Amino acid sequence: MEMAPTIANAPTLAKRAHNVRRNALRMGEIQGQGYIAQALDIADVLAVAYFHAMHYRPEEPSWEGRDRFLLSNGHYAIALYAALIEAGVMPEAELDTYGSDESRLPMSGMASYTPGMEMSGGSLGLGISIAVGMALGLKRKSSSARVYTVFSDGELDEGSVWEAIMSAAHHKLDNLIAIVDVNNQQADGPSTEMMAFEPLVDKLNAFGWFVQRVDGNDLDAVVAAFDAAKSHAEARPRILVADTLMGKGVPFLEQREKNHFIRVEPHEWQLALGALEAGRQS
Amino acid sequence: MNTTVSATPPGKPRLITSAMIASIAAEGQRTKSAPFGHALVELARNRTDVIGMTADLGKYTDLHIFAKAFPDRYYQMGMAEQLLFGAASGLAAEGFTPFATTYAVFASRRAYDFIHQTIAEEDRNVKIVCALPGLTSGYGPSHQAAEDLALFRAMPNMTVIDPCDAHEIEQLVPAIASHQGPAYVRLLRGQVPVVLDEYGYKFELGKAALIREGGDVLIISTGIMTMRALEAAKELAGDRVDAAVLHVPTIKPLDAETILREARKPGRLVVVAENHTVIGGLGEAVAGLLMRSGVHPVFRQIALPDEFLAAGALPTLHDRYGISTPEVSRQIKHWLGR
Repeated sequence: MEMAPTIANAPTLAKRAHNVRRNALRMGEIQGQGYIAQALDIADVLAVAYFHAMHYRPEEPSWEGRDRFLLSNGHYAIALYAALIEAGVMPEAELDTYGSDESRLPMSGMASYTPGMEMSGGSLGLGISIAVGMALGLKRKSSSARVYTVFSDGELDEGSVWEAIMSAAHHKLDNLIAIVDVNNQQADGPSTEMMAFEPLVDKLNAFGWFVQRVDGNDLDAVVAAFDAAKSHAEARPRILVADTLMGKGVPFLEQREKNHFIRVEPHEWQLALGALEAGRQS
Repeated sequence: MNTTVSATPPGKPRLITSAMIASIAAEGQRTKSAPFGHALVELARNRTDVIGMTADLGKYTDLHIFAKAFPDRYYQMGMAEQLLFGAASGLAAEGFTPFATTYAVFASRRAYDFIHQTIAEEDRNVKIVCALPGLTSGYGPSHQAAEDLALFRAMPNMTVIDPCDAHEIEQLVPAIASHQGPAYVRLLRGQVPVVLDEYGYKFELGKAALIREGGDVLIISTGIMTMRALEAAKELAGDRVDAAVLHVPTIKPLDAETILREARKPGRLVVVAENHTVIGGLGEAVAGLLMRSGVHPVFRQIALPDEFLAAGALPTLHDRYGISTPEVSRQIKHWLGR
């Protein structure tokens, strides 16, 4: 599964990231709305996680040796479904069921519904606590598997996130790799205006983590950061502070002011897909 | 055996302090020390999946016994109850059976969402064992878990247990470990009274047990109130009131069959007694069951009032709020018109 961490992989990963975005847009079109801007911003991180960094078996989502991936921000589910479909964990045809009755793809991520979904999100600030327990459990089993968890900058408002951040360092969880998606957007407005969380790198360093800040939409930078996180020698948990752009890849969505939860007019979905394709070809 | 009543000279109660962890054992009562801690150690000898976890309350939930015996299977998570239960969920997801301890107030109030979402919703095998249930601390509302049964009863997938004494705690530890899924247990810690062994009682998950027969009143009780009900029944016998005691340690799932069988027997007042607010605990669970089943006895509740309880000495508070043995007897006689 693992590929050599070279720039030569970038075209492949770029195509993966593109496909994740395309899958997410297609699901958004079905419901006419969704957390599309987040899916577009996190697509590059997911592409690197699923197609460069992680060990797993698409045909066997509960394989004991798999790296665990915990999506703490359950409202990003559409992005993870897009990645799981691109990875072959679920057939592409299931895109059409997104958010429908009896679908395995509910609008908010639920572990009991979706193969490859390791936790139920929706309530924020839960994931990294579960990740701490899983990382402890994997160590107990002498497993070499890692726990990856994505959470959002808005979740930094939740005290439980800091409980878990302290705890992961205390327990020296070097098998835990967290990614905080800093898109500076939460429900009521810009994250930094809701609660000042910077200087984030300094804080996380002070809490005992190995910290890297990267442009989360620069595939080469994200690859390098995942590689450094995996190969870091110290017995510390690792975190990527990934600065991302809401709506990345679809210019008219990137520029939309209120993009926490996007309603797109029916004709705009095709425009969005077209803009995505155009961006890829340019 | 001494009881609260016989050990306390009338008019001059020897008051246990309002300390946070005042013992519920009456003076002279037969007790065992840390039954949960010792039972967990016994269990863990043959169950390598058993993990002990706490949020800075190992010593006060008797988990320190386990921590000493199995230091490599013990996790101190710091004073962070949300993390405690989230991490317990993660360990359960990896195939372990965590016993996570804190005070009942912190599990039920502070970490409810974490237990709901990361444990119950995913049906994870976490055992939540919580000290100071109901009114077993005189420390005031911060530490009095009067609502925990209502909250955890309402949570799907959750098994809810309110044991009476040390004998029962010893037996429920292996029983809940064998049960697949989350469980919430109200823990009596420290010097815990031993009562039920005299009645040949054996804990069975999900089962109610008729501990005493009687023709005038059926007391359906749980937790420490079974101890009080048995003591009251002895007192009432002196007043020629014949009281049956049905012990219901598993609040959820409720043993509907046994409760209905006993409540259907004609001519008895039915009293539900619990160390919990009158709202949403065993009393209302039984009332709902009876109503839904078309069983309509004269029904009364002994429970804590719907108010924030006072700080103070436990014997004073148990008298004030009607859950001491003399108060149980008095209320029943009043309802029977004796």
